Amino acid sequence: MTEELPHPYEKFLRKDRIPHIWCEGCGNGIILNCFARALDELNIDLNQVVVVSGIGCIGRVSGYTNTDSFHTTHGRPIAFATGVKLANPELKVAVISGDGDLFAIGGNHFIHAARRNLDIQVICANNFIYGMTGGQYGPTTPFDTWTTTTPYGNIEQAFNLVHLAAACGAVYVARWTTLHTRWLTESIKKALQKEGFSFIEVVSQCPELFGRYNKMETAIKMMQWFKETSEVQHFSDPAKAEITPKRIVVGEFVDIEKPSYGRLLREMKARVAKKK
Amino acid sequence: MTTASVSVEKKGVVRSGRRLFMSGDVACAEGALAVGCRFFAGYPITPATEIAEHMALRLPETGGVYIQMEDEIGSMAAVIGASYAGVKAMTATSGPGFSLMMENIGLALMTETPCVIVNVMRGGPSTGQPTMPGQQDVMQARWGSHGDYEIIALAPSSVQEMFDLTVEAFNLAEAYRVPVFILADEIVGHMWERITIPDAESIKIVNRKKPTVSPSNEFAPFKPDEEDLVPPMAVFGEGYHFHATGLTHDERGYPRTESAEAQTKLVQRLCNKIRKNKKKIIRVESAMLEDAEVAVVAYGIAARAALSAIRKARATGIKAGLLRPVTLWPFPEEQVAQVARRVKVIVVPEMNCGQIVREVERAAKETPVIFLPKLGEEPHKPDEILDTIRGRLK
Repeated sequence: MTEELPHPYEKFLRKDRIPHIWCEGCGNGIILNCFARALDELNIDLNQVVVVSGIGCIGRVSGYTNTDSFHTTHGRPIAFATGVKLANPELKVAVISGDGDLFAIGGNHFIHAARRNLDIQVICANNFIYGMTGGQYGPTTPFDTWTTTTPYGNIEQAFNLVHLAAACGAVYVARWTTLHTRWLTESIKKALQKEGFSFIEVVSQCPELFGRYNKMETAIKMMQWFKETSEVQHFSDPAKAEITPKRIVVGEFVDIEKPSYGRLLREMKARVAKKK
Repeated sequence: MTTASVSVEKKGVVRSGRRLFMSGDVACAEGALAVGCRFFAGYPITPATEIAEHMALRLPETGGVYIQMEDEIGSMAAVIGASYAGVKAMTATSGPGFSLMMENIGLALMTETPCVIVNVMRGGPSTGQPTMPGQQDVMQARWGSHGDYEIIALAPSSVQEMFDLTVEAFNLAEAYRVPVFILADEIVGHMWERITIPDAESIKIVNRKKPTVSPSNEFAPFKPDEEDLVPPMAVFGEGYHFHATGLTHDERGYPRTESAEAQTKLVQRLCNKIRKNKKKIIRVESAMLEDAEVAVVAYGIAARAALSAIRKARATGIKAGLLRPVTLWPFPEEQVAQVARRVKVIVVPEMNCGQIVREVERAAKETPVIFLPKLGEEPHKPDEILDTIRGRLK
């Protein structure tokens, strides 16, 4: 009889929720794995972690993490996280959600949380489409690619998320693909320790939908695309880091120090208390 | 907690002995502070802005947080987040913002989040008349978010009640884990009146039930107590590692998107926790109803005009009385039905094209109900109501 060995990251998962709902070959599991690894390596007290997600495939991630977790309405995880973090600054609040959730319906909350330099970590799984609803184009779908709602090719320009995050004031901005697991884990660790608003974009494969519509119908083919076109360029100009079928610039783009909203709020409260 | 009466001598408050003079909006903010609200997320909107301004001034003094969000969608989401982090939280808005909040009001219902939403009603639809009063959102408060549910809504008709009912709204929200609405109107929000702020010790404060079990892998965050159908509430950071979602879920908080049983069980309980506790929740006020032949059913500012009309009617020998629903939702159906059985006619003045009157008609059964609509800048004049009372009793 063989003894069943526990998975090293088992304690980060709600075992009673596994198997997950994600498709074979999906990149979400890799992102969850890197997140768990980062928590583990930092030895963070899981009682103090809150994972917040929105709607979409990656939105289900909050249901799998063995922490306090909340699955919000579509597009609202950052706004929800704002309330959590301000009401209890001791908590580590991580938002993990998708490109459509964070940048289409939830775009307003993203830009304002970044502008405020709110102390939260935002991890975006960018799979270029709305996966949960069957593969429609979204705000990050590259120009001239195919989805179920761009049957004649996508004529919209895609958001360059790292440029957007940097312009809005994020103190830490990085982009990796699901192929760059060690880099990604290190970035998540950095983000979790950073004061202020940090943003990590993870270019992730959806072979089932984006892949199938764009001649990359397996995870291997999609990750081959990441492998062949990604260039690690640390601290390059995020404005020039658009994702195209031919080039995916990855790396850290921003890592600066700036007083966070939480710090300024504490200072303001102290001033008010003194005045009284 | 600070004693509200000590430190309210700020912008917008005039003191006279134990009595203060302030606007309804400021009284609402003070009521929230007095009951322990320590988080406000909002977006400026007429005629509710003064609530936000006063909270921005006062919350930092009490150790609380005021944040101005990017819109009302975000405000409502932040309020839910703060409540789940263990802090009493509120927002205040008017019609257009109320519409935007509907999405996350649904989330608050589904995740049983105690919170208070103040709607200082103005004229609608759409941008409507920002500085003019209305009572046009009472059905939206009841049905505005999608899906089936029950909520609680209170209708203040004075500055004193803006304070008192805000306290009560928080207590109900905490007791039943439900978003509670204050449905005020522009007049009640903007008018200044004398108000007595009770001593801190005499203010009744209800706090949400806490789980009595220790954190474990079997913890069920949405398992209700049998008695009131309300689950004790764990909050973030206590070690429970619980999950909450806007999806249909089981008692563990886990999504059950394909189970008819889970859907039935959850949605029925969400409705029943209000329906079955109706007697404890509903509050009405009545005046001169004992021998009344005509009853006026009115709420908010319209009830003030109604009371004046009733006094005038009595002075001329007409037996009129007032029934004022302080609780608009759940609607005091039985109270209206009781009155309807005793009177010849019911008059309902409302600042809309007919909303609560439908509920009154439903409860009144055979008793005739006359509706007095009012739109625009002024509330009903007592004489308009009086004329209707007279006309019907001839």
